[in-house]
Amino acid sequence: MSNIPETGRTQRVQIRLIVIQVLVFSLLLTLGGRLWYLQIRNGDEYTAEAAGNGVQQVVQPAVRGSILDARGVPLADNETRLVVSASRTELLKMKDDGVGVLTRLADVLDMKVQDVRDKVRLCDSKTPQPCWNGSPYQPIPVTDEATTQQALQIRERAEDFPGITAEPTAVRRYAAPGKARTAQVLGYLSPVTDDEIQKAQDGPSPYLRSDQVGRSGIERTYDKELRGKAGVTRYEVDNLGRVMGEAENDPAVAGSTLVTSLDARVQAVAEYELAAAMKQVRNETDKITGRKYEADSGAVVVMESKTGRIVSMASQPDYDPNDWVGGISGKQYAKLTSKKSNYPLLNRGIQGQAPAGSIFKVVSASAAVRGGHAFNDRYECSSSYSLGNQTFANFESQGHGPITLGDALKYSCNTVFYRLGHEEWVKDGGIKPKKDAKNWFYTTARDFGLGSETGIDLPNEVKGRIPDRQWKQDFWEANKDAWCKEGKKGGTYVQQIAYESCLEGNQLKAYDSINYSIGQGDVLVTPIQMATAYAAISNGGTLHEPTVGKAVISPDGKTVQEIEPKVSGKLPVNAQTIKDLDKGLRSVVEPGGTAAWRFGGWPQDKIPMRAKTGTAQVYGKQTTGWFATYTDDYTIVMTISQGGTGSGSAGPAVRKIYDALYGLDSAGNQDKKRALLPEPQKALPKVQPDGSIPAPKVKPYDPTPVTPEEQPGGQEPQLPLPPGGQPGLTGSPASTGRQP
Amino acid sequence: MAGGFSVSRYTPDEGPWAKLTARDSLARRLDWPLLGAALALSFLGSLLVWSATRNRDHLTQGDPYFFLLRHALNTGIGLALMIGTIWLGHRTLRGAVPVLYGISVLLVLAVLTPLGTTVNGAHAWIKLPAGFSIQPSEFTKITIILVMAMLLAARVDAGDQAHPDHRTVAKALGLAAVPMAIVMLMPDLGSVMVMAVIVLGVLLASGASNRWVFGLIGAGAGGAVAIWQLGLLDDYQIARFAAFANPALDPAGVGYNTNQARIAIGSGGLTGTGLFEGTQTTGQFVPEQQTDFVFTVAGEELGFLGAGLIIVLLGVVLWRACRIARETTELYGTVVAAGIIAWFAFQSFENIGMTLGIMPVAGLPLPFVSYGGSSMFAVWVAVGLLQSIRVQRPMSA
Repeated sequence: MSNIPETGRTQRVQIRLIVIQVLVFSLLLTLGGRLWYLQIRNGDEYTAEAAGNGVQQVVQPAVRGSILDARGVPLADNETRLVVSASRTELLKMKDDGVGVLTRLADVLDMKVQDVRDKVRLCDSKTPQPCWNGSPYQPIPVTDEATTQQALQIRERAEDFPGITAEPTAVRRYAAPGKARTAQVLGYLSPVTDDEIQKAQDGPSPYLRSDQVGRSGIERTYDKELRGKAGVTRYEVDNLGRVMGEAENDPAVAGSTLVTSLDARVQAVAEYELAAAMKQVRNETDKITGRKYEADSGAVVVMESKTGRIVSMASQPDYDPNDWVGGISGKQYAKLTSKKSNYPLLNRGIQGQAPAGSIFKVVSASAAVRGGHAFNDRYECSSSYSLGNQTFANFESQGHGPITLGDALKYSCNTVFYRLGHEEWVKDGGIKPKKDAKNWFYTTARDFGLGSETGIDLPNEVKGRIPDRQWKQDFWEANKDAWCKEGKKGGTYVQQIAYESCLEGNQLKAYDSINYSIGQGDVLVTPIQMATAYAAISNGGTLHEPTVGKAVISPDGKTVQEIEPKVSGKLPVNAQTIKDLDKGLRSVVEPGGTAAWRFGGWPQDKIPMRAKTGTAQVYGKQTTGWFATYTDDYTIVMTISQGGTGSGSAGPAVRKIYDALYGLDSAGNQDKKRALLPEPQKALPKVQPDGSIPAPKVKPYDPTPVTPEEQPGGQEPQLPLPPGGQPGLTGSPASTGRQP
Repeated sequence: MAGGFSVSRYTPDEGPWAKLTARDSLARRLDWPLLGAALALSFLGSLLVWSATRNRDHLTQGDPYFFLLRHALNTGIGLALMIGTIWLGHRTLRGAVPVLYGISVLLVLAVLTPLGTTVNGAHAWIKLPAGFSIQPSEFTKITIILVMAMLLAARVDAGDQAHPDHRTVAKALGLAAVPMAIVMLMPDLGSVMVMAVIVLGVLLASGASNRWVFGLIGAGAGGAVAIWQLGLLDDYQIARFAAFANPALDPAGVGYNTNQARIAIGSGGLTGTGLFEGTQTTGQFVPEQQTDFVFTVAGEELGFLGAGLIIVLLGVVLWRACRIARETTELYGTVVAAGIIAWFAFQSFENIGMTLGIMPVAGLPLPFVSYGGSSMFAVWVAVGLLQSIRVQRPMSA
């Protein structure tokens, strides 16, 4: 047998058969080569892709941890709602794709069948709401308002409701104990974004599409602790998503409980009194503008003097944090972020900034001491201070003759500080600073923690501003082009200012230093900065990073991680100067002091009060009132924007907060039983063996003033005289006439 | 010899074993490597089809062996058809070619009537009672080969001509064009492509003038451009080409098939995941996996070695077919063999090539391996024809 045909075969056919054979085998070789390329050369890549193809995750949300006040009262917790959910995977396994089950379910829930079916369909570009836009492997909630009876029906007839679950599920709740909303401090949650889902996808705690993330306040700062860890079950699925087996199961871990240093009761008092004070001054007429006070916003900070812990922090206008629960409506959101509502989302305790006014004088006094002026030397408190042809007047042009720096605080004498500030400026070289210029007034302000964040554990704190030489230079460089364009010599007032700023806006002028010495001009501070600074004077000179969080307690209650207050610095003056300052501030509430008229009957010998009033001028607006006060234990700073003088607007409110803290009646008698917090809460709330933390009851704040006559039982009625028997403690601004 | 024993006497007519082992016996003359490779492919095919369908309940009605048994049954029927074809012999069939051709044209025509049904966008099937259906275009491939071979070889084998003349070639092309045009209308573009390649192979092997060969190639290219330009393609066909040009185009839509197929094959590696162990296969991520995409099961579960074996076995089939084409002395046999080679080679290349992403997707089964009765019967008839050509070739020595 031979391969060579003998006859009938022409050369042409023979060659063509060989061509066919070559073609055929090159095709097969091509396939082999491509197969090698895919399987051997690039195999790993496709193996990975195949592995991702067949696995789906089901995430069980972790219950978010509660936020408690210092005694264990929940400020934010979760309420349990009965959520009925349907598993799409289970429904699709049925012959009728689950229509029968959903029909029965609609009947039990008193819902329309179509509504139920719409809720469990998947969203796409063509499907209008309602529809499910989460993972199709996730149980889809049909309602979160099921009654116990409905849930029981579904559970007892489980065979009629395959794929349907009725389970209690946690939903965030801001309980507002005793009407303490604590809105801006708590913050809020809002749904997770696509970006965040993407980023956390392969991490240890992936997000659900329905997840909520802390966006502001302590909900944001402590989001990681509060959020816990979602449980993840990985299932192997086929192309239709039918589950073939369970691959992995990490159970959910609930979030930790955050104990704060806040006291719900004091918070309620602070919120009420701030709002009431603002309401009060809106009825009063501003003598300068002739209009009623706007009192558009305000803030109050109550801080533990020795630790920097926040006992309460209120900001007006505020909002109900529960507005965010279950998704905020567009209308509500627009309202919360509009100019008309004056941005209630802002926490003005840390985000509101204004010139400090006279409460800045403790900084100026310290700067003067650092500049070599003895605290107890005499400085001329003239009725005005002249610079060239400019005159800087005292409040109502009162003069007090030569006085100590302590008295300058007591009377809030501007001219003393004008002179000192101006002298220091001259000493530093004036417009052209010397190389070794000390700039005491500016460095001291920074050393008091002004011009930078205090580091409080709340997000988006603002820095304020200390307008030193460097700032002047930077600001000028940023704005000179605009100024030079607008400015015109001899034009309108604004044009003239712009013209001058264009030429020499980078120079720290004499009048800048004079204005600055009493906390005016370009200086900006926040209430939390001032509270930190005054608390430092109170505690002997230690500046703290203020904290709201006090301890993180694990969900089982076994691990307690305390958040220790952090020291951020020391006041730049020696102990004696701090004592002098303290004495000066003490004299402010004593006869002749600018705040004396607000502290009539105060038990100064038992609970010594120190205070400083301030009234800051803001260009184009009514004055902003400041009131900075402290006792040995607490520091309270309140400010009301466009509210007039500090003592006038904020004085009574601050006193009422102290009254509540110490249990004082209007005459200054202390009833310890009524005292909310006569000394700071040291101990953490008790954790039960089962991990729960019992919450004491909180009674709503009753703002009616307690007069001695109404006091219950056996106590000697006391005259509205202070224990020290100093009738003169009751003063009035009219009689003293200093800048409050 | 006592006892009447005849132990050593050579008696060619005695006993079936002797008959089988005789030098010129059928068994000796059969091409065993061809048969072995074809059987091995069918056997591998049954495993792969089984693996692909074992848990596709909507196809199997809950019986995991449904497709395994049907595939084995189809292979059995195919084997019987092969034996019948050998028994009849390709020369005997030559006389019946006009009748077979006529029947096949009528069958493809019938598809266009209400008797036809549509599967995956191609209106290419006739539904029979009891859940059976046939795809006439598979048989048409054979009748096109036979009718062209008959015409082209007739006068050459008679010794009248060295090569078929132009008139004969034109007539043969005309006869091929009729069923091709009908199949085009279905539209079953994949089968038309295979038929066009068959026609090309037949023309080449017949010794028709180069002008016809290159003319046909040119006409094919021109026709493709015309079809594209005139928009004669259905949307799904355009989409398949677009997805081929750019697989990332729409991974959930038209690119899904090719993408999932490539993931399945690529993830197999050298030795594969093992039969029934492939996640792409058990997860049913590749559509039509028991038919057009059966090669992906081999790629994923048997790896480079198993999938490579299929290519090697196809190579064996084609190698033996090429030998048969070259060894036979009559042009009729050569042309029939060449037609079958063109058919098997192109269809295998297109089928595997599309799963590997080097060819656009077309609904063509992998010979012997894919599930499908019509295709299985047709390829085994073709094997019968090849065997017959070999068995009946004139013995040279």
